[in-house]
Amino acid sequence: MCQACGCGDSNVVPVALNERILAANDRAARHNREHFRDAHVSAINLMGSPGAGKTAVLEATARALGPHAKVGVLAGDLATDNDARRIRAAGLVAELITTGTACHLDAEMVHKGLHRLPEWRTFDYLFVENVGNLVCPAVYDLGQDVNVVALSVTEGEDKPLKYPTMFQKADLVLLTKIDLLPMLPEIRIAAIRDNLSIVMPVPRMIPLSARTGEGIEQWIHWLSALCIPRTSMHVVGAL
Amino acid sequence: MHEYSIVQSLFDQIQATARARGAVAVRRVNVQIGEIAGVDVGLLRTAYDLFRVHTICEHASLDVETVAARWTCPGGHGDISRGCALVCPSCARPARLAAGDEIVLRQLELEVP
Repeated sequence: MCQACGCGDSNVVPVALNERILAANDRAARHNREHFRDAHVSAINLMGSPGAGKTAVLEATARALGPHAKVGVLAGDLATDNDARRIRAAGLVAELITTGTACHLDAEMVHKGLHRLPEWRTFDYLFVENVGNLVCPAVYDLGQDVNVVALSVTEGEDKPLKYPTMFQKADLVLLTKIDLLPMLPEIRIAAIRDNLSIVMPVPRMIPLSARTGEGIEQWIHWLSALCIPRTSMHVVGAL
Repeated sequence: MHEYSIVQSLFDQIQATARARGAVAVRRVNVQIGEIAGVDVGLLRTAYDLFRVHTICEHASLDVETVAARWTCPGGHGDISRGCALVCPSCARPARLAAGDEIVLRQLELEVP
């Protein structure tokens, strides 16, 4: 009851909270991160547009690493298991996270995905292939060590400026499909690099082609610097 | 699209707070959204209007305070101008995001009996 006059009206009380709205996701992400650290698994959140070449990068990574590192993949997909099947065919352990209509993965989905990958603690690298989307996945921490964004040369030079949130959070950008550059005279790698420097405080980009293998060695080298993998890993040049 | 899942999380927080305080209704919800938080304020409002029907927030207005992105030199050389490379022009250190990634429930106004 109103304390001032006893009229029966409710009191209106302001309550200051200042809480992150995604605090529950942040907690789940911290939990995942602790798991990954305890098991010495490097977790990589691989993001990018639909068709940017995320799955092709994973296939090329599998070819380049061969038996030198154990790699698992949690593949987020709206409706199909196509990506997970491709990744398994490339020799990696993969489990699918079907998101239905959801446009991103969250930390809880990743946690549940781990339950379906019982051998995940034996991995050197766990890739989480996020849903193809340059907006929503950037908002959710999954507990990963690093964010890697695949950007294909066909998407245009200005994508970093159009999607600053995604690129601001990237630890590395893989500029994919560079074998197509001869067909795209208007696309300049230097311009993409300049645009990244406006949205990424530490702009790191590796141009590569999963098809020809160009740049893959540099990517594998970057991966190997992430951690000291449990198995001794050698940088592999041959594809 | 993820604005719907953000509003779902927002409602979980509001309901937990309202329950803890014995509130009968929420009058006002105040959130802070950063310019580069990756949240579209229009979609957030649409999602909020859908979610609040038949809830404790049925008659609660949603106040959204937007926060401009601000990058600054970690070495104390001040802010980096918008549209420029994110390195300090004085010391070349990578800039640090000082504001603009907020997705925060700031304050509620609750009706308590």
